Amino acid sequence: MNFLPLWRYQNQLIEGAIVTLELTVISALAGLVIGIAGAVALKGRITPLRWMVRGYIELFRNTPSLIQIFIVFFVLPTFGLKLPAFEAAAVALSLYFGAYSVEIIRAGLDSIPRSQVEAGQCLGLSGWQVFRHIILPPALRNAYPAVTSQFVLLLLGTSLASQVAADELFHVAGFIESRTYRSFEVYAVICAVYFAIAMSFKALFAVIGLAAFRWPRRR
Amino acid sequence: MRSFSLIDFVSLFTALRWTVALVVLALLFGAPLALGLAMGRISRFAGLRWTMAALIQVIQSVPLLGLLFFFYFGMPVFLGIQVPALLAVTVAYTLYTAAFLGEIWRGGLEAVKQAQWEAGACLGLSAWQQFRHIIAPQALRLSLPPTVGFLVQLIKGTSLASILGFVELARAGQVVSAATFQPLLPYALVAAIYFALCLPLTLWSRSLEARLDGSR
Repeated sequence: MNFLPLWRYQNQLIEGAIVTLELTVISALAGLVIGIAGAVALKGRITPLRWMVRGYIELFRNTPSLIQIFIVFFVLPTFGLKLPAFEAAAVALSLYFGAYSVEIIRAGLDSIPRSQVEAGQCLGLSGWQVFRHIILPPALRNAYPAVTSQFVLLLLGTSLASQVAADELFHVAGFIESRTYRSFEVYAVICAVYFAIAMSFKALFAVIGLAAFRWPRRR
Repeated sequence: MRSFSLIDFVSLFTALRWTVALVVLALLFGAPLALGLAMGRISRFAGLRWTMAALIQVIQSVPLLGLLFFFYFGMPVFLGIQVPALLAVTVAYTLYTAAFLGEIWRGGLEAVKQAQWEAGACLGLSAWQQFRHIIAPQALRLSLPPTVGFLVQLIKGTSLASILGFVELARAGQVVSAATFQPLLPYALVAAIYFALCLPLTLWSRSLEARLDGSR
């Protein structure tokens, strides 16, 4: 066991980690936008739209993320839409994360009892005020743990982008391994880096959760 | 270059047995380990609780791809011996399954009220009997929906074995795609087969959950 040969690749590792973070954050933001739009559509009155969103959710949740990335990267070019590796992975991961987000956000909205909305209306609040002050805060609190754990799964899932040669962390691992032949050390270090990033996010989310959702719970 | 034919169709379906084999192996070794982790997590001994929690945390914070590469490429070099590919992959999937199922089952065990243990103790049951006859059946019912949900994750996760050269469903799709230069049909078929495997489980998990909600 000798970790020293890896030391000179620290710049590549840091660059790879940055690409991984970019891929995660971009996919998460795009996925959340899809999630909010999808949840609104699911709550809406347009039946065909509801069916389309349901179909989208089931399709993307019941097929492997790896195959989705391959389809965006290898199949879309046959229709004339050629995306570079990073962009293709970002599109596929956004759609994957979006499918989970719709369900999480919808569940968060559904967790607010109807009676609370009615109580708000009785107080003379407008539709927007009811949403902003009565539905949104507890819905966010209820959805928060699921969103954050899904975010961490997304972070780990970005490693699949290495399979279309997006130059993120896991791809860097393959590069260093091919140079040093130190498979054990390389993958131990890479796993440790992912672990450190994932734990940092978990700690960050825990702190944000404590700060943002301080109001008391009623039982 | 040749066109997509019936042979390719057959090769996708025969590759399916490796997908199934990997899932079965992961469950066969992962489930008992998961039960051990879950029981350790609710143990009276703080040291055991912390160790199990740390173990689960580590595995859940590392990509599945990282686990696979570590045990497939890294471990044999470290041990200095030949490790059969299937063994390396099985170890990785076993740990993955154990960590996630262990955490799900711990949730189920903890959801059963403390008073249920006490009631068992009052009836003169031993700790094992309380677990076996009172707690476990209730916990099983509670954790069945997320367990089935994880099964879907596991089936999808076996697609990563394709990267190590296992000719399971995803890899068979790649091979056919490369041979025919027509990526659309093979990948669409592969996705459709995964979908056909996973959707019934997803729907089952959801109906189990709905039924749970109604009772009690």
